[in-house]
Amino acid sequence: MSKEDERMSVEESPKGGVSRRGFLKGAGLTAAGAAIMEGGLLGVREATAALREPPVVGPGSVSVTLKVNGASRRVDVEPRTTLAEALRFELGLTGTKVVCDRGSCSACTVWLDGTPVCSCMTLAVDVGSRAVTTIEGLAPDDERLHPVQEAFIEYDAMQCGFCTPGMIMSCAALLNRKANPTLEDVKTATSGNLCRCGTYPKVFEATLAAAKTGGHGRKGGD
Amino acid sequence: MSEAQQDKATTNAPASAPTGEPPVPKAAVEEAKKAANKKPEPATRAQLVPAGIVGAKMSEIERAVPLDEPPPLPLNSELKVIGKRVPRVDGRLKVTGAAKYTADVRLPGMLFARMVTSPHPHARIRSIDTSAAEAHRQVRAIHILDRVLGNAELRDKSKELPAKFPIVRFAGQPIAAVAATTQAAADEAARLVKVVYEPLPFVVDMDKAREAGAPLVFPGPADQSGSAGGGGGPAGVKQKGNVRGPVRSGPHGQPPGDVEKGFKEADVIVEGEFRTQVQTHSALETHGVVADWKPEGLTVYSSTQGTGSVRDELAEIFKLKKSQVRVVTEFMGGGFGAKFGAGNYGALATHLSKKAGAPVRLMLDRKDEHLSTGNRPDSVQKLRIGARRDGTLTAIHLQSYGTAGTGTGAGTAGPAQNMYECSHISTEESDVFTHAGPAAAFRAPGHPQGCFALEQLIDELAERLQVDPLALRDKIDKSDARREERRIGAERVNWSRRHAPSADKGAVKRGIGVAQAVWYRLINLDSSVEVRLTRDGSVELLSGVQDIGGGIRTALAQVVAEELGLKPTDITLRIGDTAFPNGPASGGSMTTGSITPAARNAAHKLKLQLLEQVAPALDTTPDHLVMRDGVVSRDLPSTSKAYKSMTFKQAAAKLQTEQIAARASRNDDYGGFVFKNEKDAFGFGIGTYGGVQFVEVAVDTETGIVKVERVVAVHDCGRPINPLALESQINGGVLQGISYALYENRILDRNTGKMVNPNLEQYKIAGSRETPVIETILIEEYVGRNSTDAGGIGEPSTIPTAAAIANAVYNATGVRMYEIPMTPAHVLAALKGGAAKKGVNA
Repeated sequence: MSKEDERMSVEESPKGGVSRRGFLKGAGLTAAGAAIMEGGLLGVREATAALREPPVVGPGSVSVTLKVNGASRRVDVEPRTTLAEALRFELGLTGTKVVCDRGSCSACTVWLDGTPVCSCMTLAVDVGSRAVTTIEGLAPDDERLHPVQEAFIEYDAMQCGFCTPGMIMSCAALLNRKANPTLEDVKTATSGNLCRCGTYPKVFEATLAAAKTGGHGRKGGD
Repeated sequence: MSEAQQDKATTNAPASAPTGEPPVPKAAVEEAKKAANKKPEPATRAQLVPAGIVGAKMSEIERAVPLDEPPPLPLNSELKVIGKRVPRVDGRLKVTGAAKYTADVRLPGMLFARMVTSPHPHARIRSIDTSAAEAHRQVRAIHILDRVLGNAELRDKSKELPAKFPIVRFAGQPIAAVAATTQAAADEAARLVKVVYEPLPFVVDMDKAREAGAPLVFPGPADQSGSAGGGGGPAGVKQKGNVRGPVRSGPHGQPPGDVEKGFKEADVIVEGEFRTQVQTHSALETHGVVADWKPEGLTVYSSTQGTGSVRDELAEIFKLKKSQVRVVTEFMGGGFGAKFGAGNYGALATHLSKKAGAPVRLMLDRKDEHLSTGNRPDSVQKLRIGARRDGTLTAIHLQSYGTAGTGTGAGTAGPAQNMYECSHISTEESDVFTHAGPAAAFRAPGHPQGCFALEQLIDELAERLQVDPLALRDKIDKSDARREERRIGAERVNWSRRHAPSADKGAVKRGIGVAQAVWYRLINLDSSVEVRLTRDGSVELLSGVQDIGGGIRTALAQVVAEELGLKPTDITLRIGDTAFPNGPASGGSMTTGSITPAARNAAHKLKLQLLEQVAPALDTTPDHLVMRDGVVSRDLPSTSKAYKSMTFKQAAAKLQTEQIAARASRNDDYGGFVFKNEKDAFGFGIGTYGGVQFVEVAVDTETGIVKVERVVAVHDCGRPINPLALESQINGGVLQGISYALYENRILDRNTGKMVNPNLEQYKIAGSRETPVIETILIEEYVGRNSTDAGGIGEPSTIPTAAAIANAVYNATGVRMYEIPMTPAHVLAALKGGAAKKGVNA
């Protein structure tokens, strides 16, 4: 019996019931099952490794180093602190907006290794070594803007502007995935981004125009 | 000095004159007082101004224009900056995340606050124990509210048993707030405040609240204070139980005629009962402030539509001079009518800052935003219209009920009173109090509701009379703007291909519908601007007016740039701060019409000062100089021998002082107003705004899903200043209208009185996938009433959408929708005939 198996057998059913940890492991095993289906025997080892107990941190502050817009930034945050909160309150990067704080409006969209995520649904301590790109870091330098930012200005793809940073992060990520998107692609890419002023038609126009002018800025992996 | 003080001082003067001079005769004092009170009519010149609709009918009319007003602007086609598509001057700040909203303000030592709110819809508070919260090591201050803003208040307080704490009248009512060093700590500490409630009977359903014996929201007649967030109905209305009304008059007084007589004259009568739901504003930035109390005064960063109105309310609550309160709104994330007053959160944050001696940030969370910051009231409207065979309307009778929760102002009669010509109109609007959060003004208060009923019934009338809906409107609608808008829109949407109702075979049926808007030329006369020019050629504009997303910052830059012959980007805009000249609150589509004439007049005065100083250097007098394309020159062809010029910068360098400035306030409209309220500096302008929208829908008769496929929105707002930003606002009005018609619904559980969907996933708002093709068309209408002749578009653009969708659904299916939101369940029920019986003629 490996050490991993041993621990599992101890925790599986301490009082004959299902412990919270056991339940979570069960959920993990379902995922592991999926990994086995996909990855064959090699997947078994990976799935087992994924079950290794993570280090316990908190409830007090912990020190985390975030790679934000190309620079390493150390922040002391409680483990419950979301990435959005860490960016806004610890690092002063207030371009990222919080609107619903539960992943239903995408106003807080940032990139992790180039993939758009809701920063209100991501804990700062979970970011790890992934590169964070925020709206403040989208433009290639101080002089130039990202083509999507340029197009948003030119086509007036903003009113009050509160959804704009999240909207731009979603649209710029789309152009990284697909250089020549269709209108449907843009609608899909922004389907999670809520805009109460109703600026969607201009967002579509601007994003398609940015694509035409070769809308690549940063890929967000750096 | 107030007027009363002034009077007293004058009257006392003779008696107290110690100098031995003979007392001034009383009659002379009275005479002097009268003269002081009567403003002299300003000297005017007769001025020809452009008037009419470009492309339809243009002429010139004569107006009496005060002598200090600038010359009239020519049509947009002859201007350089105004009327052009100008990208927002603050666009770069918004797309880079650099724009600072209230939620982004971070001051040294700033504390974070959270409100304690009631879970009960109706209760007396027995006790509040804050000891556990006080013991939290990160807590710095706690404050319990002694007065709740927003709720209506009893006219006679003795009707209710005295209470130590304000009576709870809706679930979510603010009770107290806690300030701590982090938001998480404030959230924790707010949960530690122990409130003991004595729950009372409640009613959240409007129909139930109207019944005899329903639990009372107020045990006597109640009124909502005027500053309670821009909503509110008239005061002093009679009340029985929870029903307050009916109110029979409108802004123009009681409508004319005798409807009974009108219906007797009718050949055809159509009627129906229409229902609309409660909609919450759901601005992305929640209501909130950062309050910074200092011994010398209070600074408040506020997400507001009215820096001035927040200042006034805070000064009143905290007994400060207005000069001691500074309100700043550099950027704000949407308001739609709900963000005018200081709010309970504003009062709480200020109390907390005062107690803690540190700045306090109190931003509401999404749930509180839905519960306590305002909403569009629901409605049930019985509408009856009589007409002659030729279409002439003989009678319009509207009876409406609506609940503004604990507030007032649920009337829907605006469209019925003001859209069509009819000799007998009667409207009876009643508010119904319920134990729900108070309503606030919401983009064209009452109008989307009123239009939903009126415009459907007008369509029904057309069908009964066997005439085209547009032809009927051409007959009964006297608005030139809407006539032109119907013509343009019908052509664009290809109206002639519109088929008979339910003509499509198959499950998915398509249809086209139309509806139109009426809105008013409302002016806030307390709108001022200062324009400065410094020797280095830099130009600044200062005003308290705030940009709520409509783009007034850019429009002001355009107006000043046009006057000075510069580019909009040459102007530095400093707005959204009560330290600057008073700006208007942004509501009722008032901002542009109120502030741009003041901006132009200030820029014009500044220009005259500059020209006066540089004219000698150009060997002429100021009246022979023009400013164009960054150049000051003699008004001659550049080929002329006498032509002389210098750049704007060279001209500025010739200033005798480092800086010159000019200030102007909004003057009365040329020819005056329908009425003017001096106390509120409010002018109700002559004429109205229109707007006509055409909608194409696809209705899946198997699933009940309605999809809006295309909208053609044709609108007017006087002289368009920035068509680019106006298009955005029209898109927004249309999308909010689609959202209102098909998706949004505040649902209160009648058993608990709580909102079941206080979030943004179950409170469904139209998103990118629900966005149809929207084609916006702006017409230019000139009326020559002020120095810019410009107006707003916020309200008209959202008024007709829901009605146009309903008319399109009827055209698609042959079934009329008497209720919104048109959810699949409602649509399927209507298709089965469930809802259709509500319409007498269906």
